[in-house]
Amino acid sequence: MTTGAEAARAGDTFPKLLLRNATKFAGKPAMREKDLGIWQTWNWEDVLDEVRAFSVGLSELGIGPGDKVAIVGDNRPRLYWTMAATQALGGIPIPVYQDSVADEMIFALKHAGVKCAVVENQEQVDKLLEIQEKYKAITDIIYCDPRGMANYDVKGVQAFNEVQDTGRAVMKANGDRESQWLEQIAKGGPEDTAIILYTSGTTGAPKGVVLTMGSVVWAAKVANEFDKLDVNESVIAYLPMAWVGDHVFSYAQSYECGYCVNCPESPETVVEDRREIGTTYAFAPPRVYENVITLTMVQMEDASSIKKKMFDYFLGVARKVGEKILNGEPVAFTDRIKYALGEFLVYGPLKNRYGLSDVRVAYTAGEAIGPEIFRFYRSLGINLKQLYGQTEAAVYVTNQPDGEIYADTVGKTLESIEIKVDDNGEVLYRSPGVFKEYYKNPKATKETKTKDGWVHSGDAGFIDERGHLKIIDRAKDVGKLKDGTLFPPKYIENKLKFYPNIQEVVAFGHGRDYVSCFINIDLTAVGSWAERNNVSYASYQELAGHPDVYAMIEKHVEEVNRELAGEERVAGAQIKRFLILHKELDADDGEITRTAKVRRSFVAERYAPLVKALYDKKKTNQHIKTEMTFEDGRKGMIEGDVQIRDMQPAPPQAMKEAAE
Amino acid sequence: MSAAENLDPAPEVLLDIQNVSLSFGGVKAIRDVSFNINKGEIRAIIGPNGAGKTSMLNVINGFYHPQEGTITYKGTARHDMRPHVAATQGISRTFQNVALFRGMSTLDNIITGRTLKMNKGLFWHLFRFGPAEKEELEHREFVEHIIDFLQIQAIRRTPVGRLPYGLQKRVELGRALAAEPELLLLDEPMAGMNLEEKEDMSRYVLEVNDQFGTTIALIEHDMGVVMDLSDRVVVLDHGEKIADGTPNEVKSNQDVIDAYLGVAH
Repeated sequence: MTTGAEAARAGDTFPKLLLRNATKFAGKPAMREKDLGIWQTWNWEDVLDEVRAFSVGLSELGIGPGDKVAIVGDNRPRLYWTMAATQALGGIPIPVYQDSVADEMIFALKHAGVKCAVVENQEQVDKLLEIQEKYKAITDIIYCDPRGMANYDVKGVQAFNEVQDTGRAVMKANGDRESQWLEQIAKGGPEDTAIILYTSGTTGAPKGVVLTMGSVVWAAKVANEFDKLDVNESVIAYLPMAWVGDHVFSYAQSYECGYCVNCPESPETVVEDRREIGTTYAFAPPRVYENVITLTMVQMEDASSIKKKMFDYFLGVARKVGEKILNGEPVAFTDRIKYALGEFLVYGPLKNRYGLSDVRVAYTAGEAIGPEIFRFYRSLGINLKQLYGQTEAAVYVTNQPDGEIYADTVGKTLESIEIKVDDNGEVLYRSPGVFKEYYKNPKATKETKTKDGWVHSGDAGFIDERGHLKIIDRAKDVGKLKDGTLFPPKYIENKLKFYPNIQEVVAFGHGRDYVSCFINIDLTAVGSWAERNNVSYASYQELAGHPDVYAMIEKHVEEVNRELAGEERVAGAQIKRFLILHKELDADDGEITRTAKVRRSFVAERYAPLVKALYDKKKTNQHIKTEMTFEDGRKGMIEGDVQIRDMQPAPPQAMKEAAE
Repeated sequence: MSAAENLDPAPEVLLDIQNVSLSFGGVKAIRDVSFNINKGEIRAIIGPNGAGKTSMLNVINGFYHPQEGTITYKGTARHDMRPHVAATQGISRTFQNVALFRGMSTLDNIITGRTLKMNKGLFWHLFRFGPAEKEELEHREFVEHIIDFLQIQAIRRTPVGRLPYGLQKRVELGRALAAEPELLLLDEPMAGMNLEEKEDMSRYVLEVNDQFGTTIALIEHDMGVVMDLSDRVVVLDHGEKIADGTPNEVKSNQDVIDAYLGVAH
């Protein structure tokens, strides 16, 4: 067992950290999963036992150093174990977005040269079998959930626990197997490839980002130190496993400091599961936070008038003093009393409802968050912070330190990270966490990573007087109107997206005469409004085209225009025309990425007739026919007339007065 | 996926309906209909509106008592069924119009399906103590398996009155399954559902049949669903049986085509 002990002490790869945790944190919960309505717990020793059995079982299937194992499914303990089990053999796990259709998935699997796939359930087995017909190199498919699999008699398809049983039997029959396994782990080092993550890619084909053990372990370590995270934290794993955020947050950081990762029962139960667990550390893209606000606002619309008044009053109080209290700034005594009362009556129950009562630190990343949304959470006393990161950096580039939180910046660099801004305004960074290369794509690697290790982020930004990084937009997205006025699309879109009625916005304006936009209404919020106002509708399309809905959205656009008018630099970028899209932007149609970022140029191309109509002043509506993909991959057509509204922006001066 | 190929050469008959007639006053709802349901099959009952399909299910489950004919269930011949006899002997059903306890949660609704399996007396249950607690835990576990099976974990504690229609239908199926039925009667399980919900429901029906070996009799209007799911189909029109056979036989039967296209009688 000496090899094991030595390897554990080195702790420079995840399998080694697992060995360490099994002794250092013996008995502490490592993972929980809700099964049949009850939370099942595995402590670190249990996890080691499960991983070891599976890993040895995998090696019996012929998986060895350098072999790629695909991981497909929702966040399940067994899938996380697969990562460690594969890494222990010197193999490389390739997590793939679980809701991508077979055609999308096959690209990554083929590109990586995957031999074996570990999947969640029957649905994914079917998908993999479909892929196998085109890509024969996949020899083994292993599933976690046996449900519905009884009648599958396909060679190479077997259950997760069958593989584990093989592993256990082999170890029992041959006493050397376990020490051989430990030796293999001891051979691993920081320069080994830890994982290849395929970026969803807002443009072009996905790229496989190769991260080494050294960089991921380093990232986990600095992040844990930065927020003083320890073995007592609890997190919930519900973001796609193929996203670098989830990988570092639910796997790497947990292995590094031993905290417990909880897997929800199903993607729909996340909110309730989070409440039961009471997570202490949270990480989510802005969309998740936006949805919570939307849901709250919608539900409050249905509340009794006393409750509604109370809610509105105390939210007002929070808006005024909440953030100051959280930042430890001086606040009037009466306001403190009001805030405490609000905590008891409104904020406390609200936080409890969303499982945020125990949260010490919550992060948002992946996309810019609307400042209003950000302040909303902070004013309730939730320490929501922003960070700026990328897959290529093993997440962390900058984080907001406690006490230095500004809604408009993404914080300072962590230790041993350097950043600089080049002449074009693009942000570059260098750190021990940066990626090794794009897998089998030296051209892209060269374009992104310089010889001395600087990585082009592709984002435009600057470092402000406080030393904080401020990201404006994607470097290639920030544009100019024909007359030279600055046009930051994201900035405008986020302002609109704060309205609960608006789900998604795509703004146009670069090289044009004026700014215009597509709007997606939020079906939950507007649907609830329709119900209250007896507006009947049969589909998203019908509701989106309803005159009253248009009137409501028009009011929101008007308000945003008034705000923009008040800001000197963007006053010229007010929205002159808009339309409400006849269908929801959908990842299945490739309009948004799997992490819910709008693919602007794709959308512009797909709806070219609509964009053209927006810039044709004579047109007040436009007929459009669009192909859409259903969840199961079949296609259908949707068509209709989309109306276009003109907005009347007044001169900035008058607007400013109106706003005051 | 059709179970036709795994049927035994001589399938065991679970339920046999012989010359059943049912009338309400002068209205003859069912006239001299005979057919049987084999163990382990999915049997569809189809027909135009007012053909007597739901009446037939009501006869099977003992809600209506036919004036003529016999019903043989598991080898015992009866003139008519009694609902409680039907229930204790393993027949459970869902309804055309969802009939759940609207104010109760999904979990509680499904647990009601276990009522007949609870043996401990009122006294024990009053205090939820000793054997009653053990029994309740066992039932709860069983119900959790059903919740898992139907993938309705997210609505476990939601009052069913607040659920969309498609989910209510699923909860109702869950309640019927909770009774561990041998014969499951589904009255238009997919009515009013969209394509995706129908696909889900079809999958559950197949899986129930496949995994638990439950015999299923279903009424359905969507011909695509009927043709895909069922092993055998019986067609009723104006209370009479006009065809009986495999989906393909039924599909090419001229009487059936006429009945559906509305040829004058």
